[in-house]
Amino acid sequence: MIAAVSRPPVDWFSISPSLILLIAAGACLMVAVLVPQAARRATAAATTAAGFVGAFVAAVLLYDRTPIGISVYEDTVRRDRFFALAAIILALVGLVAVLVSYTEHRHGHVAEYYALLATAAAGMMFLTQANSLLTLFLGLEWFSISLYILCAIDYRRERSLEAGLKYLIVGGFGSAVLLFGSALVYGATGKLTFDGIAEAVTAGGLSGDALLLTGLAMIIVGLGFKASAAPFHMWTPDVYEGAPTSVTAFMAAATKVAALLLTFRILVTAFPQEDDLWTVALAVIAVCSLVLGNFAALVQKNLKRLLAYSSISNAGFMLIAVSANSALGGRALLYYLIPYAAASIGAFAVIAARERELGHDVTVDDLAGMGWERPLLGASMWTFMLSFAGLPPTGGFLGKFYVFSAAYDRGWLWLVIVGVLATAVSLYYYLNVIRALYLRPSAELQFAAGGQPPRDSLLQVGTAACVVVVVGSFFAVQPLIDLATKAVASL
Amino acid sequence: MTSHGWITTTMIMLPLIGALVLWVVPMPRVWVAPAALLVSLFEVGFWIEALVRYDFDRGGLQEWNHATWLKDLGVSYSVGFYQGFSVWLVGLTSIVMAASIAYGAWMGRDRPRAYYGLMLFLTGAIVGVFTAQDLLLFYVFWEAMLIPLYVLIGAWGGPGRLNATIKFVIYTMVGSLLMLAAVIVYGLQAGTFSMISGGTNASDWIFLGFAAAFVVKAPLFPFHGWLPDAYRESPAEVSAVLSGVISKAAAFGFLRICFSLFPAGVQDFRTPILVLAAIGLIYGSLLAFRAPDIRGVIAYSSLAQLGLIMLGLFATNSLGINGAVLQMVNHGLISAVLFMLAGAVERRAATGRFESLGGMAKGRPALATVLMATGIIALAVPGSGAFAGEFAILAGVFQQGWLYAVVGAVAIVLAAMYVLRMISAILHARKGPAVHDAALDLRPAELAILVPLVAILLFLSAWPASITERVTPGRNISNPVGYTTATAESQPK
Repeated sequence: MIAAVSRPPVDWFSISPSLILLIAAGACLMVAVLVPQAARRATAAATTAAGFVGAFVAAVLLYDRTPIGISVYEDTVRRDRFFALAAIILALVGLVAVLVSYTEHRHGHVAEYYALLATAAAGMMFLTQANSLLTLFLGLEWFSISLYILCAIDYRRERSLEAGLKYLIVGGFGSAVLLFGSALVYGATGKLTFDGIAEAVTAGGLSGDALLLTGLAMIIVGLGFKASAAPFHMWTPDVYEGAPTSVTAFMAAATKVAALLLTFRILVTAFPQEDDLWTVALAVIAVCSLVLGNFAALVQKNLKRLLAYSSISNAGFMLIAVSANSALGGRALLYYLIPYAAASIGAFAVIAARERELGHDVTVDDLAGMGWERPLLGASMWTFMLSFAGLPPTGGFLGKFYVFSAAYDRGWLWLVIVGVLATAVSLYYYLNVIRALYLRPSAELQFAAGGQPPRDSLLQVGTAACVVVVVGSFFAVQPLIDLATKAVASL
Repeated sequence: MTSHGWITTTMIMLPLIGALVLWVVPMPRVWVAPAALLVSLFEVGFWIEALVRYDFDRGGLQEWNHATWLKDLGVSYSVGFYQGFSVWLVGLTSIVMAASIAYGAWMGRDRPRAYYGLMLFLTGAIVGVFTAQDLLLFYVFWEAMLIPLYVLIGAWGGPGRLNATIKFVIYTMVGSLLMLAAVIVYGLQAGTFSMISGGTNASDWIFLGFAAAFVVKAPLFPFHGWLPDAYRESPAEVSAVLSGVISKAAAFGFLRICFSLFPAGVQDFRTPILVLAAIGLIYGSLLAFRAPDIRGVIAYSSLAQLGLIMLGLFATNSLGINGAVLQMVNHGLISAVLFMLAGAVERRAATGRFESLGGMAKGRPALATVLMATGIIALAVPGSGAFAGEFAILAGVFQQGWLYAVVGAVAIVLAAMYVLRMISAILHARKGPAVHDAALDLRPAELAILVPLVAILLFLSAWPASITERVTPGRNISNPVGYTTATAESQPK
């Protein structure tokens, strides 16, 4: 009698954003086989875009219908607003990534590219709702493997292969450390779910246990690799530079969202008893990232490398928010991620446009005069740089303000001072980009061969949308903070 | 408390929206400058309306607009005119900006949509600085001034502009980021970022954070490393704004924020700041006397004058402060006129260096008259507005120590020396190689810009009390710390 076998209740809705993207990815793979070459790119892009829109709608519904967070699937997966908000951000980032990718020149594997984009985003969404060490590792590997292939997808180009390989090896190392750490934590507590670990630590008086702490440290290191925080950042500049620019755009924005939000979730829900240790550890990592990211960025010529180091320093700022270990810190992190993700993907989109126009890698000098020749892209790049540098009127400014407030609220004035000094250093290279865009002498203007920009209205729409988010998040900050407040409360 | 009054928000938003329209809406090139000028003249009109509405006898905060911005941290959009000095400084801003935009239109700047858009954006940001009643909002406007200035100097400036912009931005940003840290610490301790209800804070460190931003922007000796390059390489009208208006934003910051929120810090650091101001006054005057070009003289005299203004402010009595506010307006107008005249001379002679200039008075009566009149006011001849301001400052600072007053008096003599040296080098010395007979006198358009500014200066010379009696309500406030209590009662209900 089949009816007699009790099945666990299945809440399909709770993982619907990931599922929708997986279906879109599957459809893309079908497109690769069934649709003729001529229509393949458009069909695959449209399918993926539809998948992201579907995931966005599902995430919005989830946010709306999950006032109180619950654990599903034997407590291995969380359904809460924290995850829903993360999925909303990731779906929008993915959608812009599709727009940015569309005109990228690529021999073959077009549909596969979109399929991998969708699976990567699905994996990230799944990661942000992980509530157990196993689902955590599953989500992490799921999106990482998709990204390894994406980085190397232009396999005829040596740099792309190199990027993929580097990411694979270093990322694999990071995953192995994380897995080892998970095993140690399981060994110490006998639990896999996050709340189970916290309970076991309380019940067994395990706080300060050497096995547990070693495991925790290794988990932080593993996540630090994914978030590209110093000193676990070594892969970042090479991979960002070598990977196809549209992939870098997606990776820079989305990986940060997923990795940092998961870091916040696991530390706050699974290790609340050890917070005197991990907050300090994260603060130290944050300071390393700020120092290293900013000083290394000062000497970069290649724009993608420059932004790679900038992403390391931004990881530092966001880790300050995590290390504050408070509701304010959670809000700060969630809010910071919104303009950061938009500025990040937008900036790489502008680089992609310039790359397609010039036909080679873009250095800072290659931007000379671009602000005057290509007003929309130039002004967008300007806005993104202001946001990274934390100047008004951009969301980046309020993000930094919130992060510093969270650090001060915790009583870490020294961290605020470090952040402020790091911001002062970072201005030099961000303003260098603006200087190239607008201030160089007109003799240096680099007019592209045809005089006319390549027609790429989808990329421009995507960039403009990013500008709207970056500037809009400055003015409409209260609604976003309300969303973030509810999200953090649902953890 | 409810909001009332629309004029403050209008004065901030009108130029900002004007800037956006110029950037986004396509229009023929020739319309751009007139459109920007029209907006800036409306701005002046709104200021006159605000001047009429402001009740100087009541003082305090008036024309107040308020809206919550960040609820959880207590940040709000809160703007209004606080005390008479904020009205006068907004007036200075709107008038100098209108003149600068008109001057830019006369000179004809490349890429007009970007240029005039940035000028309007700058106007809105400066008005925001002078009217913000919330510290974070103040910081936002403070930074918003920097971005247009960076591009205005960097894209339209002289040959050395790239280095000038880097110095300018690094100096000012280090100062303002320290202010941001201070804003955060103050706001989280007080539970609100409002300047009205936040109350005082006795921490010296917070005071120093704010002071860092203000002494760099003013600039006060020895934080003036960015000044000569920025003033020399900017377009003339941008130099006029920098020296005429932006430097006053720093002095305003001390007056509005430090005096009312950090009285303890002001007390503790009064002597160091007075000493630095006195050094800057003498040092700037000497450098101005040695400067080889027109802009160098005006730039260093600006350093000196800001030192004088700081002497007046940190006299911390009503005499010194009233004199300082009058001197802010005077110096704002004087340096704006002088920089525009420098631009006019440079346009005719293709150089601003004294060795190539000279003898320009002959056949150019309008140039000679305007330069002479402004110069005479600048060197504080008795009867001029600048004399009234400087006299009040010296009388005020005398109460803090007679030596400061002596230094100030010496500096007035030095001012006469460098101004007269500049005037004679341009107008009267032997005709220089760069001065051609064909070089025209000031054109009617230039006169239309400069004469109104000189007329205001003459008006202030005739009736300096129009400002000094309308800085703060009541004439006998000897301790500006009392401003806080005085305004707590006059808060709009």
